[in-house]
Amino acid sequence: MSSYSVTEPSARQKWFAGTLVVLYAVITILPLLWIIGTGFKSPSDAIAYPPKTFFEPTLEGYVNLFTTRTRVTEEQLKEMGEPKTWYERLVRKDGLIIAGPSRFPERFYNSVIIGFGSTVLCIVLGTAAAYAFSRFKVPLKDDLLFFILSTRMMPPIAVAIPIFLMFRSLGLNDTHAGMILLYTAVNLSLSVWLLKGFIDEIPIEYEEAALIDGYTRFQAFYKVVLPQAATGIASTAIFCLIFAWNEYAFAVLLTSGTAQTAPPFIPTIIGVGGQDWPAVAAGATLFLVPVMVFTILLRKHLLRGITFGAVRK
Amino acid sequence: MLSFPKPMRECSAVAEVILRNVTKTFGSHAALDDVSMTIPDGSFVVLLGPTGAGKTTTLRMVSGLDTPDSGEIFIGGMSMQGLTPAQRNVAMVFQQYSLYPHLSVRQNLEFPLKSPLLKTPQKAIDEKVNAIAEILQISHKLDNKATALSGGEMQRVSIGRALVRNPQIYLMDEPLSSLDAKLRADLRVELKNIQAKSGATLLYVTHDQIEAMTMATHIGVLEEGRLVQFGSPREVYEAPVSVYAATRLGQPRINVLPARLFAGSPDRAQSIGLRPENIVQGAGEDALVTRVEHLGDQTRLHLSFKQHALVTVTDPHTGFRGGETIKIQPSKPLFFDAAGMRIA
Repeated sequence: MSSYSVTEPSARQKWFAGTLVVLYAVITILPLLWIIGTGFKSPSDAIAYPPKTFFEPTLEGYVNLFTTRTRVTEEQLKEMGEPKTWYERLVRKDGLIIAGPSRFPERFYNSVIIGFGSTVLCIVLGTAAAYAFSRFKVPLKDDLLFFILSTRMMPPIAVAIPIFLMFRSLGLNDTHAGMILLYTAVNLSLSVWLLKGFIDEIPIEYEEAALIDGYTRFQAFYKVVLPQAATGIASTAIFCLIFAWNEYAFAVLLTSGTAQTAPPFIPTIIGVGGQDWPAVAAGATLFLVPVMVFTILLRKHLLRGITFGAVRK
Repeated sequence: MLSFPKPMRECSAVAEVILRNVTKTFGSHAALDDVSMTIPDGSFVVLLGPTGAGKTTTLRMVSGLDTPDSGEIFIGGMSMQGLTPAQRNVAMVFQQYSLYPHLSVRQNLEFPLKSPLLKTPQKAIDEKVNAIAEILQISHKLDNKATALSGGEMQRVSIGRALVRNPQIYLMDEPLSSLDAKLRADLRVELKNIQAKSGATLLYVTHDQIEAMTMATHIGVLEEGRLVQFGSPREVYEAPVSVYAATRLGQPRINVLPARLFAGSPDRAQSIGLRPENIVQGAGEDALVTRVEHLGDQTRLHLSFKQHALVTVTDPHTGFRGGETIKIQPSKPLFFDAAGMRIA
């Protein structure tokens, strides 16, 4: 890594910079904390005005998220006897009983399959294409690269209707494969461009050394280029995953049952008698966890990835 | 002196390398222009020439990293046409960027041995790596990350990565250029020892005249992609084919003066080349001493001879001073024609 030749900032500059960072952190973290907090509120606390900062935490939202409930009469309730579990007790005080599990786990699972599936596909195809663009003489290379980039200039949703029709005739509507293909197609341009930048930075001499050391080109790619591109691959993977994970419009349009992801599902959690905000907030909170874990696991690479190539050596 | 563990070449195949009419152009620029050269088995061939003369391109042709536009390359009697670098079984030391940054020093040295080409058993790998590390004085750094080494250490590891192998030919592209003077001198002797003991064939690129003179069994002089002279170091030094070849070797450089300054030059001679040590003092014509440089083992005299500057060497304890006039005359002059080719 190169060294930076900047003068040490003064104490006042440091304070100023620190304050800005804290301010920015507060602004970005506040909505997150609010959602996490709302997940633990009771439905009445959630819509209380003025909003409650301090409240008695309850798991009602999470119970509602994972279950479906039906209203029963008080006589029926009495007949059933004492509730056996803590969550049944929680539900019954509103005069409800648990009718069965909700579809949230399935939707969440769909999100994981489609999100990670398209990310993996995007990285595999993107790395291969980026390596080819970076190392080989490809006819019309610049035009091809520009074409790939240009697919990103149009908002993907602009082609929603053609895609919908295409998917219907191909039988891809509401399938995991369809959604993985779609998200891969949308992300691939970003992935190729980002990864090409990273691979361009790896001197070709390493591969040449490996070729001479007795390895084939593919082995040289695998043993020498890939480990050095790890940083770029990690940060590209995060960008791809975040898009696929959060995507809402296509998910609403193209999925309804088997392949529906969590984003279109979460707002449909309607409680008995009004929007069940704590359950929605609980779903949103859980939905954040995988991307957060993934990002934290790769954060070292991500930080290096963002500054990679920005500094001339 | 450290000794090399075992003869490096278990295979007894003759590793004679032949380049036949090799031409390579990049765009409109001819990097190699009809080069033919025979590198005898067990020889140490040094390529000389300024940047862009085609030295590195020659190495890349032999290694298989680049392929000639026309012409052929043979190693051990076999045509290398269409063979990948791995199939050619050559080792190469690059000028830079030679270590795998994501691996430790030990892993770097093991890398060629673990290749699908060699598939060396781990025990043999350990022996070889330790022996080479000993020779190159990097044993204590084996478990460091390659990027945590100094430039000199990196270059030693990359030389080591070539030496652990047993290739048909070693290709080295200025391997000692980034080292400090002492290490360079040590490794120069060591490389020559290894080569002499093992009988390995080396093709070596350098700018350093001492390396060329001391290590080479043959020197190839390249000029703008053409091989202009190929012969022993003494041959190239004492009987250069042209002014260009003559200026490749010699420190201080050969003096090139108009031939007419000296009586008795052949008719066609345009210029005369005088090695600094071939200027005899005490007789002949007057020259003005403009500067005296005491280097310890020798003293250089900068002279002005009929308005032309020239350099000669003299006794280290000379009493000459700037401003004095001395008499000089040439001995063993080299005469060149208008095109710079030697005629006598």
